[in-house]
Amino acid sequence: MSVAALRGWTSSHRSFREPSALPGFGITFGFAVSYLSLIVLLPLAVLLARAADLGLDGIWRVATTPRVLAALQVSFFISAAAALVNAVFGSIAAWVLVRYEFPGKRLLDAMIDLPFALPTAVAGIALAALYATNGWIGSLFAPWGIKIAFTPWGILIALIFIGLPFVVRTVQPVLQDLDREVEEASATLGASRAQTVFRVVLPALLPALLTGVALAFARAVGEYGSVIFIAGNMPFVSEIAPLLIVTKLEEFDYAGAAAIATVMLAISFLALLAINGLQAYSRRRLGHA
Amino acid sequence: MAIAIRAEGLAKSFGGTVAVSGLDLAVEPGELLALLGPSGSGKTTFLRLVAGLESPTAGRILFGDEDATHLSVQDRRVGFVFQHYALFRHLTVAENIAYGLRVRPRRERPSDADIKRRVADLLDLVQLPGLDRRRPAQLSGGQRQRVALARALAVEPRVLLLDEPFGALDAKVRRDLRRWLREVHERTGHTTLFVTHDQEEALELADRVAIFDKGGVEQVGTPDDILDRPATPFVAGFVGEAVRVPVDAAGSWIRIGDHQVRTPGENAAGPAELFVRPGDLVPATDPATAIPARVIAVRRGGAARRAELLLTEGLPAVEIDLPAGHCARKGDVLPVSLATIRLFTSR
Repeated sequence: MSVAALRGWTSSHRSFREPSALPGFGITFGFAVSYLSLIVLLPLAVLLARAADLGLDGIWRVATTPRVLAALQVSFFISAAAALVNAVFGSIAAWVLVRYEFPGKRLLDAMIDLPFALPTAVAGIALAALYATNGWIGSLFAPWGIKIAFTPWGILIALIFIGLPFVVRTVQPVLQDLDREVEEASATLGASRAQTVFRVVLPALLPALLTGVALAFARAVGEYGSVIFIAGNMPFVSEIAPLLIVTKLEEFDYAGAAAIATVMLAISFLALLAINGLQAYSRRRLGHA
Repeated sequence: MAIAIRAEGLAKSFGGTVAVSGLDLAVEPGELLALLGPSGSGKTTFLRLVAGLESPTAGRILFGDEDATHLSVQDRRVGFVFQHYALFRHLTVAENIAYGLRVRPRRERPSDADIKRRVADLLDLVQLPGLDRRRPAQLSGGQRQRVALARALAVEPRVLLLDEPFGALDAKVRRDLRRWLREVHERTGHTTLFVTHDQEEALELADRVAIFDKGGVEQVGTPDDILDRPATPFVAGFVGEAVRVPVDAAGSWIRIGDHQVRTPGENAAGPAELFVRPGDLVPATDPATAIPARVIAVRRGGAARRAELLLTEGLPAVEIDLPAGHCARKGDVLPVSLATIRLFTSR
């Protein structure tokens, strides 16, 4: 591309580089792009290159074998379910932490982050012990013939555990800033408390809540350590896609592993794109830029 | 005469802080009553107690003959307008106005067509026709406050409560909205209470003004009562930019520093306080009663020229409004006399 053409491009895209009272766009944009390339795009490119050895139809063949399909289903459906459960209970936890004063509040607040800090394998082992048929909680369900650990329910519980902080930490600051007067206005207009929560508070929280859900979902899809200890890892029942990738690697089937990873990447990317679209829509409704 | 709202011995404290104590106030039906006072005087707390947004520590609130003290916010049917609008940002203007009707139980909810008609009428009333599809973020401050008022009026409230409704707006918009609010009040006839710390706004807009201080009502009266017949030294000092000057009273004379001034009535002998407003002083015509005052500053404010005067060294400076063409300058001696004497004998 000639210099003249380049110049033409920049001047016709004025909004891309407008002079500003807050300079620094060039240097920060350049840094962000290089950094992102190095840390995120480059490894992903290697992944795609590896998978490309199989060709598109090769990837398709690997991804559509019954065992892989089952694992992808387990991974994505249970991750989505865990994210939704966290949306509800994470919001309630954030609400309690923001709106009420009680002894031990700071302690509880700090505990929310524990799933971030704990090695996930430790969490998986602890949860498995708790929910096994002879564990404290598992034994309560065992008489009804309900097994939690070593079934898909176990996966759900592990994914809820690791995703909780994302929802709480994204909703909390927004709830903190939420104008109390808006709720009071709703009450003076005759709305019951439930109507106020569903018609006024939740719509205001929605963008943050969706961000939290997206993060929790993404984290759950990629989770490995805690799940393999509690899942039982039965093919077609409780085997997650990341485990299948590790299995392929152990069999030195690098291309096969890369193929499954590529499919996971594509599905995750589409799901996150969809959630971001929803989020942008709900932000616009709130009158943000 | 019937009473729309009555507060009896109303009190509210937050933790150890007393916001309102022993407050008695009667609001007449259809009147526009301003609650005026310095910040922290309890006027907003009182408004919130009437709305049911706070519950009183003691005392009663009556709506007509009905005891509303323990009525929930939802059941009080009040229209509340907040200083910062408190509009629902995710709803359009029309949805904001319709909100109070939409949340009613199905049996009492008007039909969609009725709601639509009511919203259109209210948009006309608040002079915002055609903006029904906008969102609050796309409106100016003045427009938002009009929407907030329309939203409050939509539920046909028994009383309209406005908490510093124009406090966040600039001077020009405030003046326009003030006139407009008066018009809306005359057309709808709602009993209206509005909190303000702007004297000019209160005196110009309201039928009656309640002056608040330290969690209680000092005086309730027409703007004329408040300005010309202040009931307490606080009211005399609070309204009309008055300056407190300590004087000595004896019979029909008072002594201001070295000067003797004759008063119309008889006063109890002893120390007293004279409240001097800019309009109370006039350039002297009779040298016999004149006080030679020293000019310490001259400012131009609006139509008049305002001068700060020292009546006697050591007393607080008082102010006088002079015609714009007056040639008084800093350092001059200006003979003045008191056209109005507002005196409170100290206890």
